[in-house]
Amino acid sequence: MNAPSSPAEAARLHAEFVKGLWRENPVFVQVLGMCPTLAVTNSAINALAMGAATTAVLACSSLLVSLLGRFIPAQVRISTYVIVIATFVTVVDFVLQAILPDVHKELGAFLALIVVNCLILGRQEAFASKNPPLAAVLDALGMGLGFLFALLCLGATREVLGNGSLFGIDLFGPAFEPWVVMVLPPGGFLMLGLILLLFSWRLQRRAAAAAEEKR
Amino acid sequence: MKELVWIFLGALVVNNFTLSYFLGLCPFFGVSGKLQTAFRLGLATTFVMVITAIAAWALNTFVLVQFPYLRLLSFIVVIASAVQFVEMVVKKASPALFAALGIFLPLITTNCAILGLALFQTSRGYGLLQGIVFALGAGGGFTLALALMASLREEAKLSDVPALARGTAFNLLLAGILAMAFMGFAGLGSS
Repeated sequence: MNAPSSPAEAARLHAEFVKGLWRENPVFVQVLGMCPTLAVTNSAINALAMGAATTAVLACSSLLVSLLGRFIPAQVRISTYVIVIATFVTVVDFVLQAILPDVHKELGAFLALIVVNCLILGRQEAFASKNPPLAAVLDALGMGLGFLFALLCLGATREVLGNGSLFGIDLFGPAFEPWVVMVLPPGGFLMLGLILLLFSWRLQRRAAAAAEEKR
Repeated sequence: MKELVWIFLGALVVNNFTLSYFLGLCPFFGVSGKLQTAFRLGLATTFVMVITAIAAWALNTFVLVQFPYLRLLSFIVVIASAVQFVEMVVKKASPALFAALGIFLPLITTNCAILGLALFQTSRGYGLLQGIVFALGAGGGFTLALALMASLREEAKLSDVPALARGTAFNLLLAGILAMAFMGFAGLGSS
Protein backbone atom coordinates (compact mmCIF):
# COMPACT_ATOMS: atom_id res chain seq x y z
CA MET A 1 0.00 0.00 0.00
CA ASN A 2 1.51 3.33 -1.04
CA ALA A 3 0.87 6.63 0.66
CA PRO A 4 -1.44 8.90 -1.35
CA SER A 5 0.69 10.73 -3.90
CA SER A 6 -1.29 13.95 -4.37
CA PRO A 7 -3.76 16.09 -2.38
CA ALA A 8 -6.56 15.17 -4.81
CA GLU A 9 -5.88 11.49 -4.24
CA ALA A 10 -5.85 12.02 -0.47
CA ALA A 11 -9.18 13.88 -0.64
CA ARG A 12 -10.72 11.03 -2.64
CA LEU A 13 -9.53 8.44 -0.11
CA HIS A 14 -10.90 10.59 2.69
CA ALA A 15 -14.26 10.71 0.92
CA GLU A 16 -14.28 6.90 0.54
CA PHE A 17 -13.74 6.57 4.27
CA VAL A 18 -16.24 9.17 5.45
CA LYS A 19 -19.20 8.24 3.24
CA GLY A 20 -20.02 5.06 5.17
CA LEU A 21 -20.10 6.83 8.52
CA TRP A 22 -23.17 8.94 7.95
CA ARG A 23 -24.25 9.86 4.41
CA GLU A 24 -24.33 6.26 3.13
CA ASN A 25 -24.68 4.64 6.53
CA PRO A 26 -25.25 0.92 5.89
CA VAL A 27 -28.09 0.54 8.41
CA PHE A 28 -29.92 3.86 8.52
CA VAL A 29 -29.63 4.80 4.86
CA GLN A 30 -28.99 1.61 2.87
CA VAL A 31 -30.88 -0.72 5.27
CA LEU A 32 -28.39 -3.59 4.78
CA GLY A 33 -27.40 -6.31 7.21
CA MET A 34 -30.68 -6.23 9.11
CA CYS A 35 -30.48 -9.65 10.73
CA PRO A 36 -27.50 -8.94 13.04
CA THR A 37 -28.62 -5.33 13.45
CA LEU A 38 -31.82 -6.38 15.14
CA ALA A 39 -30.79 -9.67 16.69
CA VAL A 40 -27.86 -8.63 18.86
CA THR A 41 -28.75 -5.05 19.78
CA ASN A 42 -30.55 -5.88 23.02
CA SER A 43 -27.57 -4.45 24.93
CA ALA A 44 -24.85 -1.93 24.17
CA ILE A 45 -21.97 -4.31 24.83
CA ASN A 46 -23.31 -6.94 22.41
CA ALA A 47 -23.83 -4.28 19.77
CA LEU A 48 -20.27 -3.07 20.23
CA ALA A 49 -18.79 -6.59 19.94
CA MET A 50 -20.88 -7.40 16.87
CA GLY A 51 -19.97 -4.11 15.19
CA ALA A 52 -16.26 -4.61 15.88
CA ALA A 53 -16.32 -8.22 14.62
CA THR A 54 -18.14 -7.20 11.44
CA THR A 55 -15.70 -4.33 10.83
CA ALA A 56 -12.72 -6.67 11.22
CA VAL A 57 -14.16 -9.24 8.80
CA LEU A 58 -15.14 -6.53 6.32
CA ALA A 59 -11.72 -4.87 6.33
CA CYS A 60 -9.78 -8.15 5.96
CA SER A 61 -12.06 -9.47 3.20
CA SER A 62 -11.95 -6.17 1.30
CA LEU A 63 -8.16 -6.17 1.41
CA LEU A 64 -7.88 -9.73 0.14
CA VAL A 65 -10.57 -9.37 -2.52
CA SER A 66 -9.02 -6.14 -3.74
CA LEU A 67 -5.61 -7.82 -4.04
CA LEU A 68 -7.06 -10.89 -5.76
CA GLY A 69 -9.60 -8.96 -7.85
CA ARG A 70 -7.83 -9.44 -11.17
CA PHE A 71 -7.33 -13.19 -10.70
CA ILE A 72 -10.91 -14.13 -9.80
CA PRO A 73 -12.92 -15.33 -12.84
CA ALA A 74 -16.19 -13.42 -13.15
CA GLN A 75 -18.36 -16.56 -13.18
CA VAL A 76 -17.28 -17.77 -9.75
CA ARG A 77 -16.66 -14.41 -8.07
CA ILE A 78 -19.62 -14.54 -5.67
CA SER A 79 -18.66 -18.00 -4.37
CA THR A 80 -15.04 -16.84 -4.03
CA TYR A 81 -16.11 -13.82 -1.98
CA VAL A 82 -18.26 -16.01 0.25
CA ILE A 83 -15.36 -18.39 0.89
CA VAL A 84 -12.99 -15.49 1.67
CA ILE A 85 -15.56 -14.02 4.07
CA ALA A 86 -16.24 -17.38 5.71
CA THR A 87 -12.51 -17.86 6.33
CA PHE A 88 -12.18 -14.52 8.13
CA VAL A 89 -15.38 -15.10 10.11
CA THR A 90 -13.94 -18.39 11.33
CA VAL A 91 -10.78 -16.55 12.43
CA VAL A 92 -12.73 -13.81 14.25
CA ASP A 93 -14.98 -16.45 15.82
CA PHE A 94 -12.00 -18.30 17.32
CA VAL A 95 -10.24 -15.10 18.42
CA LEU A 96 -13.34 -13.84 20.23
CA GLN A 97 -13.88 -17.24 21.82
CA ALA A 98 -10.34 -17.06 23.19
CA ILE A 99 -10.29 -13.51 24.54
CA LEU A 100 -13.96 -12.75 25.40
CA PRO A 101 -15.72 -16.07 26.04
CA ASP A 102 -18.76 -14.42 27.71
CA VAL A 103 -19.50 -12.15 24.76
CA HIS A 104 -18.90 -15.05 22.39
CA LYS A 105 -21.52 -17.10 24.21
CA GLU A 106 -23.97 -14.20 24.20
CA LEU A 107 -23.65 -13.60 20.44
CA GLY A 108 -23.81 -17.34 19.72
CA ALA A 109 -24.73 -18.32 16.20
CA PHE A 110 -25.01 -14.70 15.10
CA LEU A 111 -21.23 -14.40 15.07
CA ALA A 112 -21.01 -17.18 12.48
CA LEU A 113 -23.89 -15.59 10.60
CA ILE A 114 -21.67 -12.60 9.72
CA VAL A 115 -20.89 -14.75 6.64
CA VAL A 116 -24.30 -14.01 5.14
CA ASN A 117 -24.40 -10.34 6.14
CA CYS A 118 -25.33 -8.76 2.82
CA LEU A 119 -23.41 -5.60 3.75
CA ILE A 120 -20.07 -7.45 3.51
CA LEU A 121 -20.83 -9.27 0.26
CA GLY A 122 -22.24 -6.04 -1.13
CA ARG A 123 -19.01 -4.11 -0.47
CA GLN A 124 -16.90 -6.84 -2.11
CA GLU A 125 -19.07 -6.86 -5.22
CA ALA A 126 -19.64 -3.11 -5.46
CA PHE A 127 -16.32 -1.70 -4.31
CA ALA A 128 -13.40 -3.89 -3.23
CA SER A 129 -13.15 -5.96 -6.42
CA LYS A 130 -12.80 -2.84 -8.58
CA ASN A 131 -10.55 -0.66 -6.43
CA PRO A 132 -6.93 -0.64 -5.19
CA PRO A 133 -6.19 -2.09 -1.73
CA LEU A 134 -5.87 1.18 0.19
CA ALA A 135 -9.18 2.58 -1.06
CA ALA A 136 -10.87 -0.79 -0.48
CA VAL A 137 -9.69 -0.98 3.14
CA LEU A 138 -10.69 2.62 3.85
CA ASP A 139 -14.12 2.05 2.33
CA ALA A 140 -14.48 -1.13 4.41
CA LEU A 141 -13.41 0.65 7.61
CA GLY A 142 -15.84 3.51 6.98
CA MET A 143 -18.75 1.17 6.28
CA GLY A 144 -17.80 -1.04 9.23
CA LEU A 145 -17.60 1.89 11.64
CA GLY A 146 -20.90 3.26 10.31
CA PHE A 147 -22.41 -0.16 10.96
CA LEU A 148 -20.90 -0.19 14.46
CA PHE A 149 -22.26 3.29 15.15
CA ALA A 150 -25.77 2.30 14.04
CA LEU A 151 -25.66 -0.88 16.12
CA LEU A 152 -24.46 1.07 19.14
CA CYS A 153 -27.29 3.63 18.76
CA LEU A 154 -29.86 0.84 18.66
CA GLY A 155 -28.22 -1.23 21.39
CA ALA A 156 -27.78 1.67 23.80
CA THR A 157 -31.35 2.97 23.35
CA ARG A 158 -32.85 -0.48 23.74
CA GLU A 159 -30.78 -1.25 26.82
CA VAL A 160 -31.60 2.06 28.49
CA LEU A 161 -35.33 1.76 27.81
CA GLY A 162 -35.70 -1.96 28.34
CA ASN A 163 -33.32 -2.59 31.18
CA GLY A 164 -32.61 0.85 32.72
CA SER A 165 -28.88 0.38 32.27
CA LEU A 166 -26.03 1.20 29.87
CA PHE A 167 -23.08 -1.15 29.35
CA GLY A 168 -24.46 -3.06 32.35
CA ILE A 169 -24.29 -0.03 34.68
CA ASP A 170 -27.59 0.78 36.39
CA LEU A 171 -28.74 4.29 35.46
CA PHE A 172 -32.01 5.06 37.19
CA GLY A 173 -31.98 3.11 40.46
CA PRO A 174 -34.64 0.68 41.69
CA ALA A 175 -37.61 3.03 41.14
CA PHE A 176 -37.32 2.69 37.33
CA GLU A 177 -39.91 0.47 35.70
CA PRO A 178 -38.12 -1.10 32.68
CA TRP A 179 -39.88 -1.12 29.33
CA VAL A 180 -39.19 -4.83 28.90
CA VAL A 181 -40.56 -5.16 25.37
CA MET A 182 -37.61 -3.09 24.13
CA VAL A 183 -35.05 -5.81 24.87
CA LEU A 184 -37.36 -8.49 23.44
CA PRO A 185 -37.60 -9.15 19.67
CA PRO A 186 -40.50 -6.74 18.89
CA GLY A 187 -38.49 -3.89 20.43
CA GLY A 188 -35.82 -4.31 17.75
CA PHE A 189 -38.30 -3.86 14.93
CA LEU A 190 -40.07 -0.97 16.64
CA MET A 191 -36.89 0.89 17.57
CA LEU A 192 -35.34 0.65 14.09
CA GLY A 193 -38.71 1.66 12.61
CA LEU A 194 -38.81 4.75 14.82
CA ILE A 195 -35.21 5.71 14.01
CA LEU A 196 -35.91 5.38 10.27
CA LEU A 197 -39.02 7.54 10.75
CA LEU A 198 -36.83 10.17 12.37
CA PHE A 199 -34.44 10.02 9.41
CA SER A 200 -37.16 10.45 6.80
CA TRP A 201 -38.67 13.28 8.85
CA ARG A 202 -35.30 15.06 8.78
CA LEU A 203 -34.96 14.47 5.03
CA GLN A 204 -38.45 15.81 4.44
CA ARG A 205 -37.78 18.94 6.47
CA ARG A 206 -34.52 19.55 4.68
CA ALA A 207 -36.22 19.12 1.29
CA ALA A 208 -38.95 21.52 2.37
CA ALA A 209 -36.36 24.08 3.51
CA ALA A 210 -34.49 23.76 0.19
CA ALA A 211 -37.73 24.28 -1.75
CA GLU A 212 -38.49 27.34 0.37
CA GLU A 213 -35.08 28.83 -0.40
CA LYS A 214 -35.53 28.33 -4.14
CA ARG A 215 -38.69 30.34 -4.11
CA MET B 1 -42.77 -38.65 18.86
CA LYS B 2 -43.81 -36.03 21.38
CA GLU B 3 -40.33 -34.52 21.26
CA LEU B 4 -40.54 -34.23 17.46
CA VAL B 5 -43.88 -32.44 17.69
CA TRP B 6 -42.39 -29.89 20.09
CA ILE B 7 -39.34 -29.36 17.88
CA PHE B 8 -41.71 -28.67 14.98
CA LEU B 9 -44.01 -26.34 16.93
CA GLY B 10 -41.08 -24.58 18.56
CA ALA B 11 -39.50 -23.70 15.24
CA LEU B 12 -42.89 -22.91 13.66
CA VAL B 13 -44.30 -20.42 16.14
CA VAL B 14 -42.65 -20.23 19.58
CA ASN B 15 -39.18 -19.36 18.34
CA ASN B 16 -40.20 -18.28 14.87
CA PHE B 17 -37.02 -17.85 12.83
CA THR B 18 -38.02 -14.53 11.38
CA LEU B 19 -40.00 -12.86 14.12
CA SER B 20 -38.02 -13.88 17.18
CA TYR B 21 -34.56 -14.80 15.87
CA PHE B 22 -34.46 -12.10 13.16
CA LEU B 23 -33.28 -14.58 10.51
CA GLY B 24 -34.11 -14.13 6.84
CA LEU B 25 -35.13 -10.49 7.16
CA CYS B 26 -33.95 -9.52 3.67
CA PRO B 27 -36.58 -11.63 1.85
CA PHE B 28 -39.03 -10.90 4.68
CA PHE B 29 -38.98 -7.22 3.76
CA GLY B 30 -37.96 -7.57 0.12
CA VAL B 31 -40.38 -10.18 -1.18
CA SER B 32 -43.42 -9.57 1.02
CA GLY B 33 -45.11 -7.17 -1.39
CA LYS B 34 -47.39 -9.79 -2.90
CA LEU B 35 -48.95 -12.76 -1.12
CA GLN B 36 -48.52 -15.25 -3.95
CA THR B 37 -44.80 -14.62 -4.53
CA ALA B 38 -44.21 -14.61 -0.79
CA PHE B 39 -45.86 -18.00 -0.39
CA ARG B 40 -43.89 -19.57 -3.24
CA LEU B 41 -40.60 -18.21 -1.98
CA GLY B 42 -41.44 -19.63 1.44
CA LEU B 43 -41.98 -23.08 -0.05
CA ALA B 44 -38.71 -22.96 -2.03
CA THR B 45 -36.83 -21.87 1.11
CA THR B 46 -38.39 -24.70 3.12
CA PHE B 47 -37.23 -27.16 0.48
CA VAL B 48 -33.65 -25.88 0.58
CA MET B 49 -33.79 -25.98 4.39
CA VAL B 50 -34.68 -29.68 4.38
CA ILE B 51 -31.83 -30.49 1.98
CA THR B 52 -29.44 -28.40 4.09
CA ALA B 53 -30.54 -30.16 7.28
CA ILE B 54 -29.78 -33.56 5.76
CA ALA B 55 -26.44 -32.38 4.36
CA ALA B 56 -25.45 -30.68 7.62
CA TRP B 57 -26.24 -33.84 9.55
CA ALA B 58 -24.14 -35.94 7.16
CA LEU B 59 -21.24 -33.47 7.36
CA ASN B 60 -21.40 -33.27 11.14
CA THR B 61 -21.50 -37.04 11.54
CA PHE B 62 -18.95 -38.19 8.99
CA VAL B 63 -16.60 -35.35 8.08
CA LEU B 64 -16.46 -32.51 10.58
CA VAL B 65 -15.59 -34.72 13.52
CA GLN B 66 -11.98 -34.46 12.36
CA PHE B 67 -12.09 -30.86 11.09
CA PRO B 68 -14.38 -28.74 13.30
CA TYR B 69 -12.79 -25.48 12.11
CA LEU B 70 -14.05 -26.13 8.57
CA ARG B 71 -17.69 -26.13 9.69
CA LEU B 72 -18.67 -22.67 8.49
CA LEU B 73 -16.87 -23.02 5.15
CA SER B 74 -18.34 -26.42 4.37
CA PHE B 75 -21.87 -25.38 5.39
CA ILE B 76 -21.84 -22.36 3.13
CA VAL B 77 -20.52 -24.38 0.21
CA VAL B 78 -23.16 -27.06 0.77
CA ILE B 79 -25.93 -24.46 0.88
CA ALA B 80 -24.74 -22.79 -2.31
CA SER B 81 -24.61 -26.16 -4.09
CA ALA B 82 -28.03 -27.15 -2.73
CA VAL B 83 -29.55 -23.95 -4.08
CA GLN B 84 -27.86 -24.50 -7.44
CA PHE B 85 -29.21 -28.06 -7.49
CA VAL B 86 -32.74 -26.95 -6.62
CA GLU B 87 -32.52 -24.33 -9.33
CA MET B 88 -31.61 -26.96 -11.93
CA VAL B 89 -34.32 -29.37 -10.82
CA VAL B 90 -37.02 -26.70 -10.77
CA LYS B 91 -35.95 -25.43 -14.18
CA LYS B 92 -36.21 -28.94 -15.65
CA ALA B 93 -39.33 -30.12 -13.84
CA SER B 94 -41.46 -26.99 -13.81
CA PRO B 95 -40.40 -24.09 -16.05
CA ALA B 96 -43.49 -22.14 -14.99
CA LEU B 97 -42.50 -22.15 -11.31
CA PHE B 98 -38.92 -21.32 -12.29
CA ALA B 99 -40.08 -18.23 -14.14
CA ALA B 100 -42.34 -17.19 -11.26
CA LEU B 101 -39.53 -17.36 -8.69
CA GLY B 102 -36.97 -15.62 -10.88
CA ILE B 103 -34.09 -13.99 -9.03
CA PHE B 104 -35.37 -15.03 -5.60
CA LEU B 105 -34.31 -18.61 -6.17
CA PRO B 106 -30.52 -17.99 -6.30
CA LEU B 107 -30.83 -15.40 -3.55
CA ILE B 108 -31.85 -18.15 -1.12
CA THR B 109 -28.10 -18.82 -0.78
CA THR B 110 -27.59 -15.62 1.20
CA ASN B 111 -30.68 -16.13 3.34
CA CYS B 112 -29.28 -16.28 6.85
CA ALA B 113 -32.21 -18.45 7.98
CA ILE B 114 -30.65 -21.39 6.07
CA LEU B 115 -27.18 -21.08 7.57
CA GLY B 116 -28.79 -20.33 10.93
CA LEU B 117 -30.76 -23.56 10.69
CA ALA B 118 -27.60 -25.59 10.07
CA LEU B 119 -25.80 -23.88 12.97
CA PHE B 120 -28.67 -24.27 15.45
CA GLN B 121 -29.08 -27.89 14.43
CA THR B 122 -25.39 -28.45 15.18
CA SER B 123 -25.35 -26.63 18.51
CA ARG B 124 -28.46 -28.47 19.73
CA GLY B 125 -27.09 -31.83 18.61
CA TYR B 126 -30.11 -32.89 16.57
CA GLY B 127 -30.05 -36.26 14.78
CA LEU B 128 -31.21 -36.86 11.22
CA LEU B 129 -34.96 -37.18 11.89
CA GLN B 130 -34.97 -34.31 14.42
CA GLY B 131 -33.05 -32.18 11.95
CA ILE B 132 -35.57 -32.77 9.16
CA VAL B 133 -38.50 -32.00 11.46
CA PHE B 134 -36.70 -28.87 12.68
CA ALA B 135 -36.14 -27.77 9.07
CA LEU B 136 -39.81 -28.33 8.22
CA GLY B 137 -40.88 -26.30 11.25
CA ALA B 138 -38.44 -23.49 10.55
CA GLY B 139 -39.39 -23.36 6.88
CA GLY B 140 -43.07 -23.41 7.76
CA GLY B 141 -42.51 -20.62 10.27
CA PHE B 142 -40.66 -18.55 7.69
CA THR B 143 -43.45 -19.11 5.15
CA LEU B 144 -46.06 -18.23 7.78
CA ALA B 145 -44.31 -14.98 8.74
CA LEU B 146 -43.76 -14.05 5.09
CA ALA B 147 -47.39 -14.74 4.16
CA LEU B 148 -48.73 -12.81 7.17
CA MET B 149 -46.49 -9.85 6.38
CA ALA B 150 -47.51 -9.92 2.71
CA SER B 151 -51.22 -9.93 3.56
CA LEU B 152 -50.72 -7.04 6.00
CA ARG B 153 -48.85 -5.03 3.38
CA GLU B 154 -51.46 -5.73 0.71
CA GLU B 155 -54.08 -4.52 3.17
CA ALA B 156 -52.02 -1.45 4.10
CA LYS B 157 -51.78 -0.37 0.47
CA LEU B 158 -55.47 0.54 0.64
CA SER B 159 -55.26 2.41 3.92
CA ASP B 160 -54.27 5.96 4.64
CA VAL B 161 -50.63 5.82 5.79
CA PRO B 162 -48.88 9.18 6.31
CA ALA B 163 -46.44 9.83 3.45
CA LEU B 164 -43.61 10.22 5.96
CA ALA B 165 -43.95 6.66 7.26
CA ARG B 166 -44.35 4.87 3.93
CA GLY B 167 -41.66 2.35 3.00
CA THR B 168 -39.20 0.60 5.27
CA ALA B 169 -40.12 2.39 8.49
CA PHE B 170 -43.76 1.40 8.16
CA ASN B 171 -42.84 -2.21 7.33
CA LEU B 172 -40.59 -2.36 10.38
CA LEU B 173 -43.37 -1.11 12.66
CA LEU B 174 -45.74 -3.69 11.12
CA ALA B 175 -43.16 -6.40 11.79
CA GLY B 176 -42.82 -5.18 15.37
CA ILE B 177 -46.53 -5.58 15.98
CA LEU B 178 -46.46 -9.00 14.30
CA ALA B 179 -43.55 -10.02 16.54
CA MET B 180 -45.51 -8.89 19.59
CA ALA B 181 -48.39 -11.11 18.52
CA PHE B 182 -45.99 -14.05 18.20
CA MET B 183 -44.70 -13.38 21.73
CA GLY B 184 -48.05 -14.75 22.84
CA PHE B 185 -46.70 -18.22 22.01
CA ALA B 186 -43.76 -17.82 24.42
CA GLY B 187 -43.66 -20.54 27.04
CA LEU B 188 -45.72 -22.96 24.96
CA GLY B 189 -44.30 -26.43 25.42
CA SER B 190 -41.85 -25.53 28.17
CA SER B 191 -44.09 -26.79 30.97
